Amino acid sequence: MNIHEYQGKDILKSYGVRIQEGIVVDTPALAVEAARELSAKTGTQWHVIKAQIHAGGRGKGGGVKIAKNLDEVRLKSEQILGMQLITHQTGPEGKKVNKVLIAEDVYYPGPSEPKEYYISILLDRGRACNVIMASTEGGMDIEEVAEHTPEKIIKEWIDPRVGLQAFQARKIAFALGLSGDAFKEMVKFINSLYKAYVETDSSMFEINPVLKTSDNKILAVDAKVNLDDNALYRHADFIPLRDVTEEDPLEVEASKNDLNYVKLDGNVGCMVNGAGLAMATMDIIKLSGGEPANFLDVGGGANAKTVEAGFRIILKDPNVKAILINIFGGIVRCDRVATGVVEAYKAIGDIPVPIIVRLQGTNAAEGAKIIDESGLKVFSAVLLKDAATKVEEVLAAM
Amino acid sequence: MSVLVNKNSKIIVQGFTGSEGSFHAQQMIEYGTNVVGGVTPGKGGSTHLDRPVFNTVAEAVEKAGADTSIIFVPPAFAADAIMEAADAGIKVIICITEGIPTKDMIYAKEYIQNRDCRLIGPNCPGVMTAGECKVGIMPGFIFTKGKIGIVSKSGTLTYEAVDQLTKAGLGQTTAIGIGGDPIIGTTTKEAVELLMNDPETEGIVMIGEIGGGMEAEAAEWIKADGNRKPVVGFIAGQTAPKGRRMGHAGAIIGGADDTAAAKMAIMEACGIYVVHSPADIGATMLKALGL
Repeated sequence: MNIHEYQGKDILKSYGVRIQEGIVVDTPALAVEAARELSAKTGTQWHVIKAQIHAGGRGKGGGVKIAKNLDEVRLKSEQILGMQLITHQTGPEGKKVNKVLIAEDVYYPGPSEPKEYYISILLDRGRACNVIMASTEGGMDIEEVAEHTPEKIIKEWIDPRVGLQAFQARKIAFALGLSGDAFKEMVKFINSLYKAYVETDSSMFEINPVLKTSDNKILAVDAKVNLDDNALYRHADFIPLRDVTEEDPLEVEASKNDLNYVKLDGNVGCMVNGAGLAMATMDIIKLSGGEPANFLDVGGGANAKTVEAGFRIILKDPNVKAILINIFGGIVRCDRVATGVVEAYKAIGDIPVPIIVRLQGTNAAEGAKIIDESGLKVFSAVLLKDAATKVEEVLAAM
Repeated sequence: MSVLVNKNSKIIVQGFTGSEGSFHAQQMIEYGTNVVGGVTPGKGGSTHLDRPVFNTVAEAVEKAGADTSIIFVPPAFAADAIMEAADAGIKVIICITEGIPTKDMIYAKEYIQNRDCRLIGPNCPGVMTAGECKVGIMPGFIFTKGKIGIVSKSGTLTYEAVDQLTKAGLGQTTAIGIGGDPIIGTTTKEAVELLMNDPETEGIVMIGEIGGGMEAEAAEWIKADGNRKPVVGFIAGQTAPKGRRMGHAGAIIGGADDTAAAKMAIMEACGIYVVHSPADIGATMLKALGL
């Protein structure tokens, strides 16, 4: 589960990680109030207005602005709140900004130059343990750093038996070129950050940038926090952090029906049992000359109800010109799925697009018979190859 | 011969009396699998499906001689079940459970590391040796005893491959569902290696997904090992967008290396017969074997 910057920072702070302080608001008037409050609390002169959306690259898209006085706080909050923010991660339609974080200015002048770093924590799948990655190239896109200057990325793998050791935090801080107070602060920062990562069952932390201020404090200016969905059952307090306005409405509806659905941009919808076969079905659609409109795994319990819910969700996508249903019945019986398709079809009324149903496995022949005898505008197939050919024919006839 | 499980395997079911465990244990028994009992803490001493129920895995090993375990316990308790099986001396631990927290699996994998056992899964359809033994949730009737081994991250895509191999007249030796989670007990390469060393297996189908580097590792090993047997490979998710999780917890493209295209290119360079459509698995294997 992805959460917002302000939510991630709250979690980090509760584990003793120093953060750039801020207050989240949803109107320009509250933004001004928040700025006043923040100045009183932290002494900050300037404020940073930061759009809260689940995507990176906000600054470049115009979603992060500096305000030098309260008038500017109001003006810039007005500009950002409600805007459709487009970044390299949002897609061309962008994301609507509903909230802004009014944050303190941490780049104030002082005895030394402020400097930005990069720190992330994630799972190393190959080694089956967590890894801390750090770099002196803070504020940059880390994938670009990895591609052009991989030597600038420091990695420390954490032995699950003993967790992060003090020497590892020191190694990272030294490798980042720190000394004195900033070094000590960084060691503390890394220790608190790792503790937060493990105890919250997170699947990714990306703090970019981590800032060394001009007076040698180390703090998180941004926080990208991703929580492990499978572990949410033991973190009831995180469940309200989900922001459904950040998700595609069709995906939200699908999750309410226990369907695993991901919206894509193509013209052929699909409904499949099993995640691997669902991905493979998308690939077949592409090879047949179409583009997949979605990923949809109806799981092991495909029945009339799930099939109907699946149909309704797929049909809400106006780009869908045909639907391919691909079921390999193991435990699921194909005749039941076929009955489900026919019932769903009747319940919905007229489905305006051609449907190709491929049923294979347990009771496949009975299933095909039910489809063929239903009198519905449905093409049935048994072999995957035949289903692909049917998709091709349907698309060619358009 | 076969790998991991055969007609002599003595299998117990962890989570035996639950609805999933009961249903699939029944199916396994009907296939002829040697299920010697099950474990449900607190229900020891009773019988279920005409087999004894034990309180602990250790007791099942001691009293029923169990050497293989299949786990159906809910995600919150599954890592514990894996460690209990390893501690009791079970040699092959097959975990079907989907949705185990990653942190739990980091600890479980570390725990079993230096113990004499092999973990398959979690989040997998299990392992099946055609005509002998089904330790999983696959539909048994699509299998025929034959000569092709299968390694797959996905359940229904495994069935697809099995079905095509049956229809092509090739049949199967053992199908290994390694699972779709980010952390799994047996990697693609390890499963392929088992089949490569199995005298009955003449060809291997290797089915992967976007995410992670296991297929590339397996491909490089296959090449270094001298391409002893033909391998037909498929990667699901050629059309998957970057950064989105596609059903399986592990199926997510992180960087440039774990896309389907990148994996397929490495596999091709290592002498694997890569198919772009999963509909071509059976026909390609026939060709690869010169049949």
